[in-house]
This record gives sequence, C-alpha cells and structure tokens, in this order.
Amino acid sequence: MYLTNFGVVLIFFIIGALFVAAGLFAAALVRPKNPTEEKLMTYESGEVPIGSPWIQFNNRFYIIGLAYLIFDVELALLFPWVIVYKELGWPAFWAMVIFLIILILGLVYDWAKGYLEWDKPEPVIPKLDELIIKRQKKD
Amino acid sequence: MEHNFIFDLVGNNIWAYLITATIPLIFVTLYALVAILGELKIASWVQDRLGPMRTGWKGVLQPLAEVVKLLQKEDITPKNVNKPLFNVSPFVMFTGSFAAFAVIPYSSKFIPADINVGLFYVFAVSSFAVIGILMGGWSSNNKYSMLGGIRSAAQMISYEIPMALSILAIAAMANSLSITEIIKSQDGGIWNWFIFGGPGPIWKIAFFPFIIILFLVYFIGSLAETNRTPFDIPEGESEIVGGYHTEYSGMKFAMFFFAEYANMYVVSALVTIMFLGGWNSPFGDFLNGPIWQFFWFISKAMFFVFIQIWLRWTLPRVRVDQLMYITWKVMLPFAFIAFMGIAFWAMLNPTIIK
Repeated sequence: MYLTNFGVVLIFFIIGALFVAAGLFAAALVRPKNPTEEKLMTYESGEVPIGSPWIQFNNRFYIIGLAYLIFDVELALLFPWVIVYKELGWPAFWAMVIFLIILILGLVYDWAKGYLEWDKPEPVIPKLDELIIKRQKKD
Repeated sequence: MEHNFIFDLVGNNIWAYLITATIPLIFVTLYALVAILGELKIASWVQDRLGPMRTGWKGVLQPLAEVVKLLQKEDITPKNVNKPLFNVSPFVMFTGSFAAFAVIPYSSKFIPADINVGLFYVFAVSSFAVIGILMGGWSSNNKYSMLGGIRSAAQMISYEIPMALSILAIAAMANSLSITEIIKSQDGGIWNWFIFGGPGPIWKIAFFPFIIILFLVYFIGSLAETNRTPFDIPEGESEIVGGYHTEYSGMKFAMFFFAEYANMYVVSALVTIMFLGGWNSPFGDFLNGPIWQFFWFISKAMFFVFIQIWLRWTLPRVRVDQLMYITWKVMLPFAFIAFMGIAFWAMLNPTIIK
C-alpha cells in the first residue's frame, strides 16, 4: 500500500464529500417533511416574487472579472519565478521587475479611465442656515 | 511520510491513510463547536450582556444544541431552484475548505500531506468557495441569493490578488512553496519569524515596513476571503437577507456555516505558517518538542480566530464601493511595492541557500 502525498490530498477530498453526504443523510432520518405550497415559494420578504432573478446585472462586475483574469495569469507566471529567480541571479530579477511595472501601468490605466470606480451614494447634506431660515419663517 | 507519526504507529497501510484524514475531520468538528461558542460568548462580552446561559454550565453546551436543532430542521428545497446545482453547492463549499486541511500541519510530527507546493495548493482550493457560492447563489432562483452570489464572487476574486502577492513574498524569503520548508526556515526563536524578516543579518530591519504591509494585506484579505464582517457584504443580513444562502435551510445551511468556520481556521493557520513561525516555539529550542509544537501552532492559530471574531463584533460593515476601493486602489499597489521590496531583500539575504 503506497500513496504519494497527493494521494492523501485525494483522500481528503473524498472524506470531505462523504462527511457532507453523511450529515445530510443523518438529517434526512430525523427531520420532518411536510412541504406546503407557501413553504416551497421563493423567498422575497413574504411577497409573491415578481419577475425572474436571472437578469442582466451591473457590468462593473464583468470589468472586475476581466481585471482579475489579467492579474491572475500574471500570478500564475510569478509562482514558478519566485522559486528559481535567486539561482538565476540579477537578470531574472530585473526582467520580472520590468514585467511587474508594465502590469502596474495597466492598473494605473484602469484607475485613470475610471474602470475601478463603483457607484457611490451621494448623500444630501442639509445646510444649517437653510434649516434656520425655514424655522424662522414658521414662527 | 517522515512527517507523520501515524505511519510509525500503524505502518504503511490503508488504515494509516484513513486515520491521517480522519484526525483533521474530528479536529474541524471540535474546533467548530469551540468557535461557535467563542463567537457567542465574545459577542456577548463585546455587547455587555451574558450570552447563552441555559444549556449546561454557563451555556457551554449551546453549540451542541445548535447542531441538534439544525439536524431536526425541515430541509426545504423551493420549487423554482435549479436542483442539481442547489444540492451540489454545500458539497463544493465544505469539501473545498476541508481539502485545505490536508496541508495544514499540527506539529513537526503530524503533517497530513507534506506536498511540495503547499501554499499554492491552499491558494487553489480556497477558490472553491467562489464556485460554491456562485452555484448556490445562482441556482436558488432568488434575487437576494443572486445579488449575494455575484457580490461575493467579485469580492473574493478581487482580494485574491493582493493575498497571492504576499504568499509569493513569503515563498521568495523561504525559497520554497512547501509548508514544511517555510516553517523550518523560521526556526530559532521569535527574531527569525518572517514577520521580523526571517533569518538574516541585522540590517533586515530596513525591510520591516514591507513585511508589515504584506502581513496586513494578507490578514485583511483573509477576512474578505472568509466573508466575515467587516467584509460580509455577500451575506449582509440587513441588506439582502441571507445573501447566497437565503434559500438554504437545515443541514445544507449548516454545511455552509461549517465551511465558513473551517475557512476561518485555515486562514488563521496560514497567517501562523507564513508570518509567525508555524509550530516553532518563540524561545528557540526551549519548549520545542513535538507536543509543545502542537500547543504553539494551535494557540497561534486560535489567537487569530479570536481576532477575527473580535473584529466582527467591533467594526461596521463596509459599503461595496469602499470594498472595491480598499482592494484595488490601496491594497494592490501597496502589495506590489512590498512584494518587489521583499523579492529584493531575498536576493540580498546571504542566509538563503540558493
């Protein structure tokens, strides 16, 4: 019987899934089951749901997803680099610094173009003198 | 398998593998009970009230009562859900967070799976949570769940990048991605921990600011990764009811809950491994046997679990625009600069064996 360390990782995946299955099964033995029409309704604060939730959502999420994708590919390149660059010496170090600076320029571009801005609430702050004038008029 | 005492006891057979995987499962279960009680008691401490007092002595049996309650709850699957995804989501969530336990050590004599890309592996399986939350949020066919799922995905992928940069900086200092190697390169007392620059000559003090930045980036990012306050926008109960788990009830909800607590331990253990010397005693070789290492590792990790719970009851929730501002405009530039600084330091440091 011989497994590598990655075999142990696989066992962890299996045991984790089995644990969830066992938990759900144990609950199925003891819990009640009497569904009614109201219970099976989609929850929307007690109202009858209107429309489908599978709608078009704010496309800022999409832009964030794209930005993430770019940086994640860069991270996938950095993981092997970070282990070997000390053996390769200074040229490897400076090459990656140039690469990172180009990426940071990309971030600066995103920032300057306003792709990272999110909708901000614009609070209406009441002005004190206006309030005072209103009260004086009432009097 | 030289880092696993089970193999010395039982021999190299299937039982050894099963025991190796079961001990962390039992540990997660016990830890979750302790953490739920801790959460309740710390909440009551912060808010100046007593907390649960009726179940057992001072309410210590409360988490068990909660488990029994969740077991007996009716499991409602609403009519309009996408059934396959709805049912698979709790599996993905819990299996993902439990799989991270495969590489988290307890002491130098018990590391379940000592793989050579440990940190990278933890980083990879922590992304399971994004998939699980999106599956649960989308398949529920509920507006709150959908909003929670999308918000959560945006939040978790955004915070992953600064976190990965601090993981990379640690890998540069330790010259390895293996968790065992990272901890071993921090032995010899508190001054050699990576939060103090790791082993090296005294002028490592010049690089302290970079390490402190990376530590803060990692810790704040891990708070966001576990969806806990102040970053609990995905499940903000005052805005979108329960977020991605609005439609879940009974044991399926319990699995989401369980996965959240398991994740809290995983990120705390990673902070311990990466910055606070893992199982190493702060006094060098003094009190550094395998049993003591167990004690040191668990206490350091539980300390960070405590800080997470403490922060939850102290800080208000951030807004979505503030959340994105923090990660893209504050943490990411700082993490880039700090990462380059640390990579430079690792290049200069004469104690790293190249």
